[in-house]
Amino acid sequence: MSQTSYREIALQGLWKNNPGLVQLLGLCPLLAVTGSVVNALGLGIATMLVLAGSNLAVSLIRNAVSDAVRLPAFVMIIAAFTTCTELLMQAFTFELYQILGIFIPLIVTNCVILGRADAFASKNSPLPATMDGFMMGSGFLLVLLAIGSIREIIGSGTFLANMHLLFGETARGWQVNVFGENYRGFLVAILPPGAFLVAGLLIALKNIIDARIQKHLAARQSQEPKANRRVRTTGQIA
Amino acid sequence: MAFIRVSSPHAHSANTTAGVMRQVLLATLPGLAALTAYFGPGTLINVILACLAAVVFEATVLKMRQRPVVFYLRDCSALVTAVLLGLALPPYCPWWVVIVGMFFAIVVAKQLYGGLGYNPFNPAMVGYVVLLISFPLEMSQWATPRGALADGQSLPNLMDALAKVFGEADIDGYSSATPLDTLRQSGGQTLNDLYSSAPIFTSGRWAGGGWEWVNIAFLLGGAYLLYKKVFTWHAPVAMLASLGILAIALYDSGSSNSAGSPIFHWLSGATMLGAFFIVTDPVTSAVSNKGRLIYGAGVGILVFVIRTWGNYPDAVAFAVLLMNFAAPFIDYYTVPRTYGHNKAPRATAKKTE
Repeated sequence: MSQTSYREIALQGLWKNNPGLVQLLGLCPLLAVTGSVVNALGLGIATMLVLAGSNLAVSLIRNAVSDAVRLPAFVMIIAAFTTCTELLMQAFTFELYQILGIFIPLIVTNCVILGRADAFASKNSPLPATMDGFMMGSGFLLVLLAIGSIREIIGSGTFLANMHLLFGETARGWQVNVFGENYRGFLVAILPPGAFLVAGLLIALKNIIDARIQKHLAARQSQEPKANRRVRTTGQIA
Repeated sequence: MAFIRVSSPHAHSANTTAGVMRQVLLATLPGLAALTAYFGPGTLINVILACLAAVVFEATVLKMRQRPVVFYLRDCSALVTAVLLGLALPPYCPWWVVIVGMFFAIVVAKQLYGGLGYNPFNPAMVGYVVLLISFPLEMSQWATPRGALADGQSLPNLMDALAKVFGEADIDGYSSATPLDTLRQSGGQTLNDLYSSAPIFTSGRWAGGGWEWVNIAFLLGGAYLLYKKVFTWHAPVAMLASLGILAIALYDSGSSNSAGSPIFHWLSGATMLGAFFIVTDPVTSAVSNKGRLIYGAGVGILVFVIRTWGNYPDAVAFAVLLMNFAAPFIDYYTVPRTYGHNKAPRATAKKTE
């Protein structure tokens, strides 16, 4: 598959086959850590790094591993990359590492990663595979960010709070109080039910947009003049 | 002579959706009157606000879903949801609490699932639970009933009440622990001590001033609906029976560990409102008579468990939602025997090896 178009890979990862909104994979971190933007961003970047790295590695060894043992081999690779990410976060963003807690090691079990390794990376050459991992990761990250922003704004009335956990001291001032200082917070958005509600609404929104695009394309196609229009007559009238 | 052949059913009932809903609305009036009499005009304001919000939300969503607005509004189901939520909310809660609750009841719990008849969860209870977990402070402040007020305190008049609902006025002067809270925080007192010391109990006869009459009023409304055959007796009786049996079992002869008498559980909190207006919801409960018995009993057990060992002010909403989850499962195992057949078929046939 040397002709794999990078544009198509990007489109698949970011929109058409988005892991969060279409494949509905990796819902556990998607729902559990999206209480604020900083959590969502942290876990999203970690997942993206693991995804791109493991896709590259899987693609490199794809001809050397037999079919029977491919899944254990992939899981080992993914676990190695997850451990690297975990150690990196421990070193550079220790507070965020503590907040995200168990969800960083749990990246190993994220179905998006094993799914892409098996469905794409093990059948494609390294460059498209890395690109696919990067794009799928970005799609996942964007969904995490969207859910995190909505839940943070509705749930606690802030936006970009605690960003210094990820970007250092300069980011302390980034916090925006969307509804002013007196907003008391709408707890259900922060609690687990809020994650399900927001994720469901986002999926609905994506479907609406897709339906609009489809309609638009159909309308454009039917407007194109049809050359050589003929009435076809047969002997039978149904 | 010409005989017109008509196939069954031959008995026609005049019950329409709108007719049933109107009767339910009528049956809530005694309860509403009792709440207003004992707690002041707060509940009345809740109900009116909720009704307005219900009509606006329902009409907006129906319009967006391209459904006939007037046709669906006329069946009054949104108003029933609104009245039930309005009755369940604490009097004098801020106006936005009511609006947010109605948004979740009508838009999320009812219309997003497909409108009347398609909602798996009771909309009023979804609205209530969303509010309860989101705004614990507002939702746990109940007004003090008339009779249990301290000297010099009085219930707010209409203008004060409106100022509280729409302004930032503080409710602290009017609020106190409900009988359920008082019992939970009794701190080692026996029931007899509690009944003779706490003002909320001394002002009442069986289960706390005001509350007992509110529940009796809802019982009356429920009895009217039962008489009108709007629902069958199975679910409410099963709920009250299981609640009562558990209360007897853990009564512990009124010691400090007692979970309260059956009368106390029947006549406090939202028991009667739940038993006759929530548990009997035709959409979200089980459909067969046997299923309704199981469904009602489940609600009763959960109410007792959550009231006794939980931390929330009341348990009816959680109990009903949990049993709503179970209703399709109950239906699966309680398919009634069809006339002429020996055994009830399973909803889906089991594969024979």
